[in-house]
Amino acid sequence: MELSSKRLADTLILCPAGRIDHATADAFKAALAPFLATCAEGRDCVVIDLGGVEYISSVGLRVLMLASKQAKAQGGGLGVCALQPVVREIFEISRFNLVLQVFPTLREALAKLSAQALAAHDAA
Amino acid sequence: MLVRFWGTRGSIPVAMSSAEVKRKLVAALVQGAGRGLHTEARAREFVDRELDFAVSHTFGGNTSCVQIDTGGSDYVLCDVGSGVRVFGNSVMAARGPTGHTFHILMSHMHWDHILGFPFFMPAYVPGNHIRLYGCHERLEEAIRRQNAAPSFPVDFSRMGAEIEFVRLEPGREYEIAGLRVRTKLQRHGGDSYGYRIEHDGRAVVYSTDSEHKQDNPDEVQAFVEFFRDADLVIFDSQYSLADAHSVKEDWGHSSNVVGVEMCQLARARRLCLYHHEPIFDDERLAALLAETRRLEEITRAEHRVEILAAYDGLEIAL
Repeated sequence: MELSSKRLADTLILCPAGRIDHATADAFKAALAPFLATCAEGRDCVVIDLGGVEYISSVGLRVLMLASKQAKAQGGGLGVCALQPVVREIFEISRFNLVLQVFPTLREALAKLSAQALAAHDAA
Repeated sequence: MLVRFWGTRGSIPVAMSSAEVKRKLVAALVQGAGRGLHTEARAREFVDRELDFAVSHTFGGNTSCVQIDTGGSDYVLCDVGSGVRVFGNSVMAARGPTGHTFHILMSHMHWDHILGFPFFMPAYVPGNHIRLYGCHERLEEAIRRQNAAPSFPVDFSRMGAEIEFVRLEPGREYEIAGLRVRTKLQRHGGDSYGYRIEHDGRAVVYSTDSEHKQDNPDEVQAFVEFFRDADLVIFDSQYSLADAHSVKEDWGHSSNVVGVEMCQLARARRLCLYHHEPIFDDERLAALLAETRRLEEITRAEHRVEILAAYDGLEIAL
């Protein structure tokens, strides 16, 4: 599991890749931690682009739930986007699509979470 | 080994409403229109072979009670939810009122797992022998208390059967009625215990009322080992994974998603969804089963896990 990141205005785009399962969930959690620290009201939004994730297990979903809870507690905006078909089905079966902000594309996530980041995305 | 489900609902017994019965009838009549169902035999065949399960059956509404039948003369059960009332009546109708021995493995003493015992008719008949096994210190108190005034009119002392309480130690292995039985502590309010039951080369795991928080890899691995190579895992799948990690966190139940993953890791042969959410109707439970089968399919590596959903009356031969 790898995690790359980039910034668009006030929004951090995090891009994990590979499988997020029992073997990699702890590493995923640790990699997210520094970015979540600034996901707070008046500071950064976070979008986790799952386009490169081929599988996510319940432990990986739990990491996303904890991230969402932390962001909410800090007043920050957090969403996930670009789910591959298998991951989208896992979200639907687990009902995580009902408790996280899930968007079909990065652009739609930015449109909801940050006008500045959307403008930066469209200008690029 | 035959596993027979007498009660499969979680939390509280439920019954189908008139509206649900009517919905099934309408669906059946629409599906049967123009099919020449002019005889009872033809209608039965249509119901048995062509109607969807959620139309032709019901998952039922009795609470936890599962029988492990190895063909011996003694009876072995897990829990005495409301399903045990039906079981007791069935035994007495088929084999008479007395002379029976029952071995009952108790997961815990929450109401839905004990509330059938005051209505377990063999308990009132002299000549029957009942042994209730469990790891909880207050098992006997809980069973006696629900038969006591002001909650029940017939006191425990008027039960004519010989009733014994046998304290088990978590993690130990026992021989009970010719079965090898191992217990496991589970995360649930007031604790619950799972049972791994083995006989003649077959293994069934009864693991209900068990929350899997998945915050401790050692705990996950311990359950995987408890489920290891089981022929059947009966698994608490009352909640969705999202609910179990959010609004219903620490309520003591698990999900279909965790059940599939654990059985895949343990290379179990079958996963049986159990302890169904009481607000779910038959259509919702049938959809849950279909979704869980789909999840198993899209996440399968080389090991296939057969997915079943328990219903009152289901029998699984191992």
